[in-house]
Amino acid sequence: MLEQPMIHLERVTKVYPGSSVPAVEELTMDVAEGEILVLVGPSGCGKSTTLRLINRMIEPSGGHIYFDGEDVTDVNPDHLRRRIGYVIQQIGLFPHQTIGENIATVPKMLGWAKKETAERVDELLDTVGLPPGEFRDRYPKELSGGQAQRVGVARALGADPAVMLMDEPFGAIDPITRDRLQNEFLRLQGELKKTIVFVTHDIDEAIKMGDRIAILGERSVIRQIDTPERILAYPVDEFVDDFIGSGSTLKGLNFERVTDLELTPYPTMRVGESAEVGLRTLNEMRREWILLLDGEGRPMRWLRHSDLERGDGELSTRGQHISNQVEPNATLHDTLEEMLRTSSGTCTVVDNRGHYRGVVEINDLTEVIRRLRAEAKQHYDELDVAAS
Amino acid sequence: MSSWTPISGGTTRVDRSRSTDDDETDLAVSASAAAVTRSWSVGLVAAPFAILALASVLLLYYNSLPLDPEVNISQASALDWSTKLWPQTVEHLTIAFWATVLVVAIAVPLGVVLTRPALRKISPYVLTVANSGQALPAYGLLILFLILLGQGLNAVVWALVLYALLPVLRNTMVGLDGVDRSTIEAGRGMGMTRWQALTRIELPLSVPVIIAGVRTATIINIGMAALAFVIGGGGLGITINSGLALQQDSVLLVGAGMVAIIALAFDWMGAVAERFLRPRGLQ
Repeated sequence: MLEQPMIHLERVTKVYPGSSVPAVEELTMDVAEGEILVLVGPSGCGKSTTLRLINRMIEPSGGHIYFDGEDVTDVNPDHLRRRIGYVIQQIGLFPHQTIGENIATVPKMLGWAKKETAERVDELLDTVGLPPGEFRDRYPKELSGGQAQRVGVARALGADPAVMLMDEPFGAIDPITRDRLQNEFLRLQGELKKTIVFVTHDIDEAIKMGDRIAILGERSVIRQIDTPERILAYPVDEFVDDFIGSGSTLKGLNFERVTDLELTPYPTMRVGESAEVGLRTLNEMRREWILLLDGEGRPMRWLRHSDLERGDGELSTRGQHISNQVEPNATLHDTLEEMLRTSSGTCTVVDNRGHYRGVVEINDLTEVIRRLRAEAKQHYDELDVAAS
Repeated sequence: MSSWTPISGGTTRVDRSRSTDDDETDLAVSASAAAVTRSWSVGLVAAPFAILALASVLLLYYNSLPLDPEVNISQASALDWSTKLWPQTVEHLTIAFWATVLVVAIAVPLGVVLTRPALRKISPYVLTVANSGQALPAYGLLILFLILLGQGLNAVVWALVLYALLPVLRNTMVGLDGVDRSTIEAGRGMGMTRWQALTRIELPLSVPVIIAGVRTATIINIGMAALAFVIGGGGLGITINSGLALQQDSVLLVGAGMVAIIALAFDWMGAVAERFLRPRGLQ
């Protein structure tokens, strides 16, 4: 690692009394400042245990934990935890305290002044999108699941910790609300830039939330740790491959955008140009289809060779209308979706004013997939070389 | 009595290790919470009027009795207000008061200690002892303490403490066990010490169940204080006993009636306390 990692685990081990098999075995891991590292793995692999080792809710049996270079393996665990945000699936709001009192928990323990604490509470409620005037004095039982989870996040942010630990924070929420909360959280993280360790058993959530993903096997052994793109493109072994499940290639297309592609030149002609001009272009480029653009440069119709030859009516009424188009910032996943929806091997690309920018062909997508795989493989080959 | 619900409901639960089944624990809490809410809605408003009516009837009856020593010396002497009934009432309440205070002072901390992970193993044994306190015949228990501590207030109070310990102890344990583990997990995860988690989360959330136990203990103590006379502890039991011994039904009726009214009045106050000491946000 070039920079000092925010969290550094060094050969951290947890063996429960009376058990001969460690729950976590010599785990060494870095979390860079400002990144979301997702720990994902099958149930019982020890991912939650690993998370709870970091804030020492569970005391490690061996190894060292460093925060920003400082060895915190032996500091007072209660004081340590006040520096770390902690969000759990059940949220665990205190039902006998108001939302405001819940959020003020850590600032109060740290002895903040009353006024400062009150301001911080309102600021945090604003941050998570709950109007302070409306929510500050309510009790947890009056909240919906989504609202309660936001309060849980606000409470964890109480004293502005640099590090947040989140144990399946969106696990118990309905899929629609979960999706919204995930998006909101990612937007929030864009501003806050916390260092986050996030546990989930859901690979899709991991792919969505993670800057990096650590796929854990038995005893919390890291099977692969990398960016979601690279894990999807190149699962290092069968375990990872099985865990990602089918559709990893498709999921990988979510990370590539149309702008990343070099669009192949495609024959086009303008309204008003004669059919002969079009035919000449087609012959020159050895293509079968040509794209007819209007006066502003917006795609109008697809014309086939035969449509140009058969001189029957205006060109703009011949051929097929354009049924699909995407903007340059669309993901390749969406682009493929458009192609499949319209059962066509191509998709036109237009800018936000509808002007023609190019055409994506299905071959371009397979090419991208091949390139991603090759790049990821090369990366791992280089790692192997460096290691040996 | 509705306040018994959490007590009997908790017997099996306290023996379990704490993390086995969260859902069941939740059920226990909601059941006891429901019991508490129910007693408020049914009795809280109507009860004082009923108690006052009962007291008025007793007062009318008392005033109608010929308390002239010339007419009935034994009745007049047994029911004399300033030398018998009033001092006995004060004694009676003193006994019940100290017994209840001591029960709370012993059972709540004991319940806290016994629900800590380290001491959880011995909690069944302590509960067995507390159980046996209640299983022993009250009369025998009083005699036992007479032998141990001699005659008087002291022996009576300690006998009652042992007798009424169980409801508070068990409710304290059930209440603490019923606290949603995730609130404690969250609190500890944010850096609360064990003590802070206990005082700021666990105990406040257990208050409704604990108070239900204290209410039960209070009523037990008021009822049991009627037996204090057996070992010379005084109380309204003297009047009741005189009524029996002298075959004076009027004396018996006045003594028993007063004990009943005191018990009902305190039960009502307990219900009010349950209602108003319950943390906001827990309804």
